[in-house]
Amino acid sequence: MSTNGGESTLAVHGMEQGDTAPGDERVVAHAEYAQGIKGYAIGFVLAVGLTCVSFYMARSSLVWAPSIPIALSVLAMAQMGVHLVFFLHITTGPDNVNNVLALAFGVLIVMLLVFGSLWIMTHLNHMAMPMDQMMKMQR
Amino acid sequence: MSAVHAAAKGHAHGADLTEAGGHGHAESQRIVVAYGFWIFLISDIIMFAAFFATYAVLTDSTAGGPSGKDLFGIGNVALETAFLLTSSLTCGLAGIGAQARNQKLFYISMAITFVLGAAFLVLELREFAEMIEAGAGPSRSGFLSAFFALIGCHGFHVTAGLLWLLTMMAQVYAKGFRDDILRRMLCFSLFWHTLDIIWVALFSLVYLVGVAQ
Repeated sequence: MSTNGGESTLAVHGMEQGDTAPGDERVVAHAEYAQGIKGYAIGFVLAVGLTCVSFYMARSSLVWAPSIPIALSVLAMAQMGVHLVFFLHITTGPDNVNNVLALAFGVLIVMLLVFGSLWIMTHLNHMAMPMDQMMKMQR
Repeated sequence: MSAVHAAAKGHAHGADLTEAGGHGHAESQRIVVAYGFWIFLISDIIMFAAFFATYAVLTDSTAGGPSGKDLFGIGNVALETAFLLTSSLTCGLAGIGAQARNQKLFYISMAITFVLGAAFLVLELREFAEMIEAGAGPSRSGFLSAFFALIGCHGFHVTAGLLWLLTMMAQVYAKGFRDDILRRMLCFSLFWHTLDIIWVALFSLVYLVGVAQ
């Protein structure tokens, strides 16, 4: 019963269920978890690699200095993608549509919040009177 | 209940929906719970984005005080990152251990995750203490207020995660690998991995960009 039951759960999991829970990796049968560990190991190696490049980039003089913040942002986004795919198991598969859509909405709001704030506030700083002049006017 | 299934599935496969309640109840509940928790995590990320936007706006508002370049120690951040990244790996292994009902893998991975998370927290608190001692506390400038709020918020999440981790170990010890415990474990590992994703943004865009400028 025990092995049989495990297999039938796996079948339900794999074939008939239309959706995957975020983070779910479908390790049900005992022999399956080598595969799961392999996924985490690949993700870990990729993440460590990207982290090392980021730390190197921040202090290297090989890169044109003004481009460093953008390069770091790109590396951070790449690493977040690695985390999402290998650790959170958010993939582009058809059973993952709901999870991806929720994430896409979240990313939209995050972008609006961060870039909107930066955009408005830099303009505000440009338009604003310098602080010393402001002080003079208040006297 | 079938309405919940229908809402969770979201697909237009009519035949699928009528069958969903019939079999695999545990699996579909697992999807509903994890999806709900995923929505929570995304709103948590949005909250972090608000803190981050505040920080980004206030980076240069140092009020004549120290800037990120003067304060941030790259070695400390590298160590923190190493701890948190490795704890994400061991948390994944603990999840696999729980799924496979392998007690040894579960307990050992969870214990390592706890130690790494606690080490991360110690380093962060030490950094905070050093900064405050050097007169660069949250009340020094707008930049430092935003910095302490943003990093402190992440540290608070890690603290909550550590408490949750201990709770999960205790629950598995007391109740075994029951379906509901496994669902909680899935939510916990989602939470922990999400904290690591947020840390990626923080170490890259707060610390490394701060040092590079």
